[in-house]
Parts: sequence; structure tokens; C-alpha cells
Amino acid sequence: MADKDFSILDPFSSVDLGVADSADGVKQWAIANRDIIQPVKRFFNEMIVGIDNALNAVPPLIMLLLMVLIAWQAAGRRVAILVGLAMTVLGFLAPNAWALAMTTLAIVVSAVILCFLIGLPLGILAGKNDRFESIIRPVLDTMQTIPAFVYLVPVVMLIGIGNVSGVLVTIIFALPPLVRLTSLGIRGVNASVVEAARAFGASPSQILFKVELPLATPTILAGVNQTIMLSLSMVVIASMISVKGLGNEVLRAMGRLDAGKALVGGLGIVILAIVLDRVTQGMGRSGRDRGHRHWWQGGPVGVVLRLTGKA
Amino acid sequence: MNTKPTEAVIDCRNLWKIFGKRADEAMKAVKEQGLGKIEVRDQFDCVVGVQDASFTVARGEIFCIMGLSGSGKSTLIRHVNRLIEPTSGQLFIEDEDVNTLSAKALRQVRAEKIGMVFQNMALMPHKTVLENVSFSQEVRGHSLQSRRENALRAIDAVDLNGWDQKYPDELSGGMQQRVGLARAIAADPSILLMDEPFSALDPLIRRQLQDKFMSLSAEMKKTTLFITHDLDEAIRIGDRIAIMKDGALVQVGTPEDIVTNPVDDYVADFVAGISKLDLISAGKIMEPLAKFESREGPLNGAAWPEAHPDQSLDDLVNLSVTTQHPVVVKIDGSPVGVVTKNALLRGIQGDFDATAAVTH
Repeated sequence: MADKDFSILDPFSSVDLGVADSADGVKQWAIANRDIIQPVKRFFNEMIVGIDNALNAVPPLIMLLLMVLIAWQAAGRRVAILVGLAMTVLGFLAPNAWALAMTTLAIVVSAVILCFLIGLPLGILAGKNDRFESIIRPVLDTMQTIPAFVYLVPVVMLIGIGNVSGVLVTIIFALPPLVRLTSLGIRGVNASVVEAARAFGASPSQILFKVELPLATPTILAGVNQTIMLSLSMVVIASMISVKGLGNEVLRAMGRLDAGKALVGGLGIVILAIVLDRVTQGMGRSGRDRGHRHWWQGGPVGVVLRLTGKA
Repeated sequence: MNTKPTEAVIDCRNLWKIFGKRADEAMKAVKEQGLGKIEVRDQFDCVVGVQDASFTVARGEIFCIMGLSGSGKSTLIRHVNRLIEPTSGQLFIEDEDVNTLSAKALRQVRAEKIGMVFQNMALMPHKTVLENVSFSQEVRGHSLQSRRENALRAIDAVDLNGWDQKYPDELSGGMQQRVGLARAIAADPSILLMDEPFSALDPLIRRQLQDKFMSLSAEMKKTTLFITHDLDEAIRIGDRIAIMKDGALVQVGTPEDIVTNPVDDYVADFVAGISKLDLISAGKIMEPLAKFESREGPLNGAAWPEAHPDQSLDDLVNLSVTTQHPVVVKIDGSPVGVVTKNALLRGIQGDFDATAAVTH
């Protein structure tokens, strides 16, 4: 392996430990074990396709209305107007832009749901346990900084091309901020409030669910927001392994040097990002910022309740 | 294990708390070689929080622990509900050693037997006043209805009617601490732990809350452990006071005891600035009748104002200003002593040993 004579001044070029070859072994193992993974893949693929079909089955105008209502409920009237305008612009970008955006939204929603299910427990654990935090931190660093192309190939070898692989590479990239911010949120809870909860007889799980998680919610939602943003930034790379949607438009346009088509795809992604960002940021406001109203006291639900005389 | 008199609700015996990684080694060294606080710090890199504290609090008594910041009083009070584990020693609550309780039993004791009020309120910002006050019942799984009833009763007791649906940050500091007090009494515990509850409030509000607390506690008769760094407050509120310094209880006694017989210079320094008017009684400063008569001849006190030995200096001042005569102290109509104007003035200064020797 070492084709050069060993030199003390340059020890690196003369020694080959075969890291790349053994990593290639992982790829071989992945190919050999594809069958095990297929049922799992089918389950997740059906989930993603189901969400995609559901989003696309709703007529665009009704979907637009729903999104405006959700934005109004979650983040107030201003954001609702912004969402309405932005999504209308997105729809008029190109005849098929709306359908592509819904497909992309389905991928992002699937990835974010899975990130939440994985990231929240990990973040809580990291927030409670210093040792776990110190173990997971380099892992998160790796996940965030390692170029996506490095794990794209092994993932495709193991799972094959398609939505599931796309969601998996998205999770690898988008999960870390949720874990980090959940941990930060749990650590940031006022220690004296936790002590008071202990003094009044709360058990550890009651402290977690009644005190720590509610108080960490704004920080955790900031993490969800970041996860959504990073998921969207992965859609073009994910489209390289045959994920449909706006990302695929950009990729195809690049191949044909079609700047106009690339712009449509790119703008679509940006608009989707703005919409999702504003809505999730609105959800993350603390109770005091909302004037201490419950969520059902404002927005369209509040209006309906007031009109029907229930509130 | 159970040899103590039953009326002690809180019984703390030889409690030690040493903070640090080598606390157990340090504890052993302290017991075997009698190391002091400084030696423990230098040899084991540990901090002594509480040294050998022993005290009892009787049912219905208000026991104040007074000390400066860092004297270990907050550490000590947290041993009562075992928020902090002792390094050595025992603490009994109603004959139960809290340090042998299981986690589950401990939570029950904390929720049902002990109410605690904190210096920084420590209210939950995401819960309404009502939800905060009913927290200890919520964690015990009581029904919403009974929770609400008890909580509203406690909120009523601290005069916060109508604020139950507000959030803590919508209330002033004084009101927040009243919520803290309501939270502590909502489950009707037999013990109240008050960790400098009024220290963070301005003097006027502090006074109001002290009054509120005293009237509540006269009504509820709860066994109370009250931490403060303010001797005036301790004297006003406490049935008995313990002075704490460097983690050790220096002196335990009634307010009058502490003020009239400080055990060392440290305590004497503390009590020097305290007004004696309400604390010291006529009996303490009067010159015994025999001594007075041997000096001044037979008592001719028909026109002199009369007082009872238990009356305070404040009362004596009021009696004295109307006349030039000394005050004669009588028990059941028969004179037992005399308080001259000079003795009264010295008494107000806190100088009562000298009063017997006052000459004219």
C-alpha cells in the first residue's frame, strides 16, 4: 500500500490505513442486506406518498384557504395575509408549480415529523444528562457538517432511490438543531421553579411534562423552525436521488441550463420557506407575548367560538 | 430511634451538610479529628453548609432561623423536605425520619404535609394563579373540583379574590408572594417552610405581608420554620429564634432571651440595633422593692403610676410621661419593684444589668 519510503517529516503520505476501503465495505454490506430494509422502506414510502396524495387531492384554492386559516390561528392576521399573498404568487409562477410545491411540502412534513419524534427525546435526554450531551454533540456536529454527497451513496445502496432515501438524508441534515435547542430549552428552565415543583411533591415525569417541557416550548419550537428550514434546503440534493417536487425542477433546469425553469423552482422553495418559517415562528411566541390568551381564544377558532356564543 | 417527646413536629438532630466531591471523607475527618470549616475547605476542597444543627419545633410554633447570607440557613431549611440530602444526622417530621422515606412516600409528605414559600417566589409562569396554587393537589391527582375549591379558599385567605385567572407576570411582587403563600397553604399542610419569603419586597409591602402572615398563622396554627436575614422580622414573627453563623446554630431562644442575653459578641452585635421597647418587660428592669427601700426608705407610692411586670417598656414610657414619679411594679396589687426614670432610659438603651446599681 505504501508506495513511498517512510519519511519522518511527512509520515502521512507513506502510510495507508485503508480507511476508504473499509468504508467501502459498509457499502457492500448495505447492498447485501437490502432485503431486510424493504418492509420498513415500504411503510415509510406509503406514509410519504399518502401525505403527498392528500395534499394534492385538495383543490389548490381550498388548500390556499386552509393554509391562510392555519397561519391566522398560529401566528395572527398579519402572517395570514402574507401567507395568502405568497402562496398565490407561488401558484402563478408556473402551471404545475402548485402541485410540485405540495409534493415538496409532503417530503418536508414527513421529514419534520420524523425529526420531531427522534429529536425531542434525544434533546430531553441531552438536556438532563451531561454525559449524554457530551457524547451526542460530536455526532450532531458530524451530521450537520459532513457533505450530503458522502452519505447519499450509502443511503441509496441500502434503501434505493426514492422518497424514503430523500427523507432519510433530509433527517440526517435537519435533525441536529432540534436536538440542540431542545437540550438548551430544558437546561434554560429556571432552576428555582423546578425546585418549587419538587418541593410540592412532583415526580420527575410530572416535572418534565408539567414544568420543563411547557417552559422550554418556545426554544423547542425555534428548533422545529430551524429543522423545517434545513429540510427545505435539502430538497435539491434529495432530488438527485429521484425525489419529486420543486427540487427536481431546479435539478432538471440545471442540467438543461434553463435559467427560467430554475428560477421557478428556486422561488417556489423560497416562498415555501418563508411561509413555513413565519407560521412556526408565530407558534413559538411565549404566553406573555400573546397577551396570555389561550390559542383557541384568537384566530378563526376564536371568531367561530365567539359567533356561536361559546366564549 | 424514637425517644424524643411527641410534641416536636420538626426534630432536627446533629445535622451536617458538607458540599463537595469528597464530602464523605470530609465528614469522617470532621467526626474523628474535629476539623473546622477552614481545614475542611483546605484539605478536602469541600464547603461546610450546615454544622451539627440540632433543634426542635413544637406544634403550632413559629421558629425563626436568622443569619446573614451564606450562613447556611437556606441549606438547612431544604433538609426538612429533603430537597437536599444531609451528609450526616437525622431529621424527623412528626416522628418520621424523612431521610429513610422512599421516593414515593417523600413526594406524598412534600405534597400533603409541607408547604414551602420561596424568596424568589418561584411561581410557574405558564400557569395561572389558580393553577399555581393548586399545583400540589394537581400532582397528587386530586379532582379538578376539589383542587379548585381548596385553591380558591387559599386565594381568598391571602386577599387575592378575582386574580385567580391571571398569570404571575401580571401581578406585582407583593401579590406574587401572596400567591406563593396561598400555594403553600392550599393543601392545608401541617408544616410551613418559609425561605426568606419577604426579603425581596420593599419595606412597606414586607410589613403588610408580615401582618398578613401573622394573622393567618394565628388562625391556622401551622408549625412554621421561618428563615430570614432580618432580626427585626425574626423578633416580630418568631416564637423562638435561632441565630445561625457559618452553618452552626449559635443561639436558640425566645426573642427576649436573645436580646437580653446574647451568648457571644456576634449575637450581641446583631441585637445592638434592635428596639427594646416592645421586647423587654418591666420585670426585667425594675429594681426589687427591698433594694429600693433600703436605699430610699419605705415606699410612698400612692401617687405613682402602676404597672405589671409583663408590661413592655413602651407601656412604661406612656405611664411615665404623665408624672415626675417613678413607676411602681405590682403583682396582684402588692408592689414588687420600682422602675425609676433613669432605669427606664437605660432599659431602652438595652442596659439592664446596670439598672439595679443605678444611684441617684
